[in-house]
Amino acid sequence: MSYAVAKAAGYVLVHTPDMILHNGTTQTVEKRSNPNSEYLKQLPNHLRSYEEVVSYPPNQVYIGSMKPEELQNYEMPWYDKKVEGGKREGKLGEIMPQDEFIGLMKISDVFDLVKLNTSFTNMVKEKLSKHPLITEQMIAKLKEGEEMNDINKYINEQDAEPIYNNGDVVGCVKRAHEVDVNLNAHVIFENLVVKASGVLSFIHLINKNNIDPESIDYVIECSEEACGDMNQRGGGNFAKAIAELGGAINATGSDTRGFCAAPTHALIQAAALVKSGVYENVVIVAGGATAKLGMNGKDHVKKEIPVLEDVLGGFAVLVSKNDGESPILRTDLVGRHTVGTGSSPQAVITSLITAPLDKGELKITDVDKYSVEMQNPDVTKPAGAGDVPESNYKMIAALGVKRKELERKDVATFGKEHGMPGWAPTQGHIPSGVPYVGHAIESFRNNEIQRAMIVGKGSLFLGRMTNLFDGVSILMEKNTGNEKVQTEGVSEQEVKSMVAEAMRDFASHLLGK
Amino acid sequence: MDLENQQRVKDLTEKHGAENVVVILGAAEAEASGLAAETVTAGDPTFAGPLAGVQLGLRVYHAVEPEFKGEVNEEVFDDQIGMMEMVLDVDSIIDEMKSIRSEHGKFND
Repeated sequence: MSYAVAKAAGYVLVHTPDMILHNGTTQTVEKRSNPNSEYLKQLPNHLRSYEEVVSYPPNQVYIGSMKPEELQNYEMPWYDKKVEGGKREGKLGEIMPQDEFIGLMKISDVFDLVKLNTSFTNMVKEKLSKHPLITEQMIAKLKEGEEMNDINKYINEQDAEPIYNNGDVVGCVKRAHEVDVNLNAHVIFENLVVKASGVLSFIHLINKNNIDPESIDYVIECSEEACGDMNQRGGGNFAKAIAELGGAINATGSDTRGFCAAPTHALIQAAALVKSGVYENVVIVAGGATAKLGMNGKDHVKKEIPVLEDVLGGFAVLVSKNDGESPILRTDLVGRHTVGTGSSPQAVITSLITAPLDKGELKITDVDKYSVEMQNPDVTKPAGAGDVPESNYKMIAALGVKRKELERKDVATFGKEHGMPGWAPTQGHIPSGVPYVGHAIESFRNNEIQRAMIVGKGSLFLGRMTNLFDGVSILMEKNTGNEKVQTEGVSEQEVKSMVAEAMRDFASHLLGK
Repeated sequence: MDLENQQRVKDLTEKHGAENVVVILGAAEAEASGLAAETVTAGDPTFAGPLAGVQLGLRVYHAVEPEFKGEVNEEVFDDQIGMMEMVLDVDSIIDEMKSIRSEHGKFND
């Protein structure tokens, strides 16, 4: 059976300055343990405006307005550089401002837990009605808004989580249960953010690529949050909730979890489901994480630079049966960090990179682009975590030297040729391999690359169930067009005549003819 | 160095004696290696952990240093560390480790 293809992708960012202060865990922990800290006082002076976030070069790459390689034209650091004429809309998605996103959270809420005040509702209704992808039906879900008195009552007396915009309370997320910790206002807030940013990614995927949502059979959500109640904390299912709002009425779905590696796990699963013929069109989708906003804020403030973790990330990828054009997903060339792999960097890179290459009789240099952990180094370097993609490229190259496929002098330059500078926000699962899929689809179509490898890694030990970490990878390859799925296949009549012919041959042997 | 590891080093040193303990580091760059080396010799520089103000002066080496490399099986070293030896800035790690040892180490052998 023919390989599945990566047909299209959508990517969104949401600028959420108030959520850094009120929902990012670095800040909420600081407020609890050290409420008068210098950091909390300084932080508001380090927030970027929406315009600054839009023109920030790595963000323009994320939404597809610039190729990843173009970042090399900007000298680091990037936070003081601008893409002239950088726009909100990109080829692959958009950068949404906070107020509209709060409206989208309300639209995504089917249990009437999000309460927005009347004036904010009116303002956001007007803004969202101009949004090309937000339908009238969706706008109607904003309703008329609530009295501020009622909202304050929910916050002060019923543990609702306030929603801030420009420093003012404009609404709240109510708790969904009086005692269930998995349905408290904080968890519902986080989960609605995942759903709303997942939906935004989903509708960009659908609309920008003229995909009929009714053609989608299955959705896999692969972020890092869990939805459920006290009897099933991670019961699910973000995937179906997103499919519902995205109009995918013929789809069901499920959530796949694996820390930052989950999107690549989901990509492999989607490709396998399509290749096996179970489904024809599978979407993998993930929303963003409020908890990680401003995660390295203390280092950014200390170094007197803007707090760069000020956006939520989301993405969606459509995996379909072979169309003869889109890049194929080589489900036979998959890398896995297994339980027995071990933790030395050598063992990890071997299992994820060279094991699948060996199986396909390929060399390290046969892959044009490796998409590893594509974290933006502008964010990680000031926080002392180095340049993550660059370290990964050096490790791949060093393994190449050991295998005698590369010279030692190539270690420093390998990343420039076979890698890219990192551009993805440090939202855990968001940077992990998948940010490149959208760019890759275009580069394959333009004959710029023949092969790319998508690599995802995850820190499982953070969940305290194992000391192991994890990783998987899959090779994408140029579609030669030779293996397009035959819509009809071999007919029953043809099978019958082939069997009859074989029987005749066999009979003639028996008769000694 | 995280607090749990500081406690482990402290406990092992109390049990076996400082002269019988060697600490091997695997940090990815010189500055982090130096901080960890300082912690097990002069004490925790952040004054946050069990080794704050405790001057153990232990023998401490990074896994890419020749002193360690010369003590272990060549094949095993190559399998486990050979690749990272190419990736890391080995010279700056060695310089940093040497300076911490000469300043704070009690066993300059």
